[in-house]
Amino acid sequence: MTQTAVPPRTESPTPTPVKARGSWRPTDAFFHVTLAVWALVSVLPLLWAAITAFKPNDEVFGTPFELPSEWRADNFVRAWGGASIGQFFLNTVIVVAGALVLTMLLSTMAAYVLARYEFRGNRFLFYVFASGLMFPIFLAVVPLFFVVQNLGLLHTHLGLILAYTAYALPFSVFFLTAFFRTLPTAVAEAAMIDGCSHSGVFFRVMLPMARPGIVSVALFNFLSMWNQYLLPLVLNQNNESTAVLTEGLATLVAQQGYDADWSALFAGMVISMLPVLIVYLIFQRKIREGFVAGAIK
Amino acid sequence: MRHGKYRFIVSFLAVPLGLYILFVVSPNVQAVIYSFTDWSGYSDQINFIGFDNYARLLSDDTFWIALRNNAVLLVVLPLVTIALGLLFAYLINIGGTRRGAVATGLRGSKFYSAVFFFPYLLSVAIIAILWRQAYNPRGGIVPETMSALGIDPPADGLLGSPQTALWAVIGVAVWHAVGFYVVLFTAGLAAIPRDVFEAAALDGANRFTMFFRITLPLLWDNVQVAFVYLGIIALDFFAIVNIMTPHPEAIANSTEVVAHYLYTRAFSGDINPQYGYASAIGVALFFLTLTLAALMFRVTRREKVELG
Repeated sequence: MTQTAVPPRTESPTPTPVKARGSWRPTDAFFHVTLAVWALVSVLPLLWAAITAFKPNDEVFGTPFELPSEWRADNFVRAWGGASIGQFFLNTVIVVAGALVLTMLLSTMAAYVLARYEFRGNRFLFYVFASGLMFPIFLAVVPLFFVVQNLGLLHTHLGLILAYTAYALPFSVFFLTAFFRTLPTAVAEAAMIDGCSHSGVFFRVMLPMARPGIVSVALFNFLSMWNQYLLPLVLNQNNESTAVLTEGLATLVAQQGYDADWSALFAGMVISMLPVLIVYLIFQRKIREGFVAGAIK
Repeated sequence: MRHGKYRFIVSFLAVPLGLYILFVVSPNVQAVIYSFTDWSGYSDQINFIGFDNYARLLSDDTFWIALRNNAVLLVVLPLVTIALGLLFAYLINIGGTRRGAVATGLRGSKFYSAVFFFPYLLSVAIIAILWRQAYNPRGGIVPETMSALGIDPPADGLLGSPQTALWAVIGVAVWHAVGFYVVLFTAGLAAIPRDVFEAAALDGANRFTMFFRITLPLLWDNVQVAFVYLGIIALDFFAIVNIMTPHPEAIANSTEVVAHYLYTRAFSGDINPQYGYASAIGVALFFLTLTLAALMFRVTRREKVELG
């Protein structure tokens, strides 16, 4: 279970210039040391958490640099069941999956119409969506709490799904509108002439064509939804049965005393880190590019 | 066909727009309205009190301390993160360049940028939990490392002492963010034609001259984006503070930030909720964010270097 720190594919065929060979300089070593130190700083805390998660409870503190005297996999079992991490995990999966599907459906629909149809108010609606990128979420959280309460959706998965989706729309619509604009129009026109309906063109022609853009936006949304903290904190108000990982784990840690089951908490932390690290290891180049594209746009 | 077109447009826009207005637009508008009331958030009592909440802000010591801490974050976080990000991106991508040779990265460059990116993937909430344990004076990895290096960690822990707590949480934010900016600047560097570096190398520029005279000016757009992004993080900072130091008042408010102060005014159980006041804090913070974003764009806008 220590994949936390497994470095991704390292067989990097860095184009080493032929001329460079033999001209080793002391500054190179200095550069490598600098980079290696930061690599260690990046990974060590994660590795420490992963190793600590296997320690017996009385070794969690006090021996940070030592391996466990015995490797206790049952920490993970206790975390999953006793500390409700399993419940949190399940809640997170339900909420993120629901919100992700809904976000992608709604944002592609809105973005497609905004990108491809001319009608009065088109630009205005685009800016209404885009302006959501400017508002800090904490300005809205308290009224949002009451909006969700009035709908009777506090402490529910549906309430969280709707909230996650609504707050993911500005970025998604903004990005996908730009993307739909770059797609060629000829295929859609041909389909129309062949008698395809507007929505038929969208679902059968445009969505498949827009796949690369949709995948980027979905990855970005997956990571930010999986990591969301403020929305569940406000909309769940520490209700354990619907808590997601970030919120539930933070609350658990805050409530622990000195005699707490720390090893199970560390195991819970590792469990909550794994999905994003696995998604990253699979899609790492795409994710890094997607993040950067999202930032520059 | 026209009729069908408009029905299609409406049917595709109605749900996303409705959800967005209900969950995003209306709460923001409501927050502004509530900021002019004395509503606690939990009673039927609600009176419009004009600018009283805003007047109260001006004389609220904790608010000013929180604002000062945000200001410190706003200066330190972008400067340190961008400096490290630029340094690492430069070393990774250009650091291997020889005089008169092809501009190239150091060996293992892909490995470095992949590893540096790890922390950025994790939720701020999770890394805050992790680092809270790492700073734990009872055998956390940070104080133990300090002791091993011969530095005495503060007795109350780095997070428990007013002198060190803010720096401890800033360290976590830097650790979290650097990898992202390495990747961002790497993308920026990739957009610069190699022959620019090669020409400079041929002209005898060393790597330090190359960095300050060529790389930095050509990356200025990316640096500007980084400033804005890190500025937004510095003005939020809620999750880290709420998890790592849930009670900033116990350490002389040394880690209190405006977003967290807002949250405690609105939701904290142990004080009486003051929702109207919390909204005023939110509105103030929003305008602050907006002003700073506009300012940063203005200040960082330098003459753009055009590559012919």
